[in-house]
Amino acid sequence: MIVEAVLIGVAAGAVSGMLGVGGGILFVPALVLVLGLSQVDGEATSLLAIFPVAIVGTWRQQRYGNVRLAEGLLMGALAAAGTVGGVALVNVLPAHVVKIGFAVLLLFTAFQMTRRALAPDAEPKPEEAGS
Amino acid sequence: MPRVSRNRRLELLGIGTAAGVFSGLFGVGGGTIMVPLLILWLGYDERTATGTSLAAIIVISAVGATTQAFYGNLHVDDGLLVGIPAVGGVLLGTWLQQRVSMRLISGLFALLLTALAVELVVA
Repeated sequence: MIVEAVLIGVAAGAVSGMLGVGGGILFVPALVLVLGLSQVDGEATSLLAIFPVAIVGTWRQQRYGNVRLAEGLLMGALAAAGTVGGVALVNVLPAHVVKIGFAVLLLFTAFQMTRRALAPDAEPKPEEAGS
Repeated sequence: MPRVSRNRRLELLGIGTAAGVFSGLFGVGGGTIMVPLLILWLGYDERTATGTSLAAIIVISAVGATTQAFYGNLHVDDGLLVGIPAVGGVLLGTWLQQRVSMRLISGLFALLLTALAVELVVA
């Protein structure tokens, strides 16, 4: 269980670092399908796992001049009511509705990734920015 | 830190609220909502939008995880077991980025997400 959790973390982080996709899209299915959490518990726990990834990601991007820190942190703080509302909502919705909603989000992200794979200039190199 | 004008604060409130609801509902950071809105509405370029959304996600994930803890849904041990190694994964990913085809990785990732969507609903 511990080995699986660590491997999932490394893999989700690697995809996040390569593609600029947040870890949550992988954390949630991994926590549910591999570690056996319920959908809502998996989503809750994913938010905790995202926190250190976002800190390190911000720090790295900051060095390349890609972060407007004041606006980003303010936007996060102003999001608080919406975030609490979203959490309250997911706790009253039927579990299968949440699961289907999440599956749609997975398919939408898969669609975006497919478009990127097929685009003529599909080689993003964020590390070059401002460096 | 630079001052943020009143008008800009309202715009950030709108984008943040939408991202927050999305984040709370799905357990993700909310970048899917923030990045396109910052680009289309506030005129950010793609890299600045992605970087700035990460700063917002620090606060959003902290608020979301804390709120979920009050509902008793948070598995702190599992979250740390996955989240701490993920930091190492991010560093590995940015190193790999210069060495493998992003087109191939994007395609494989799309297949993985599709398989996960099916398994999640069927399981």
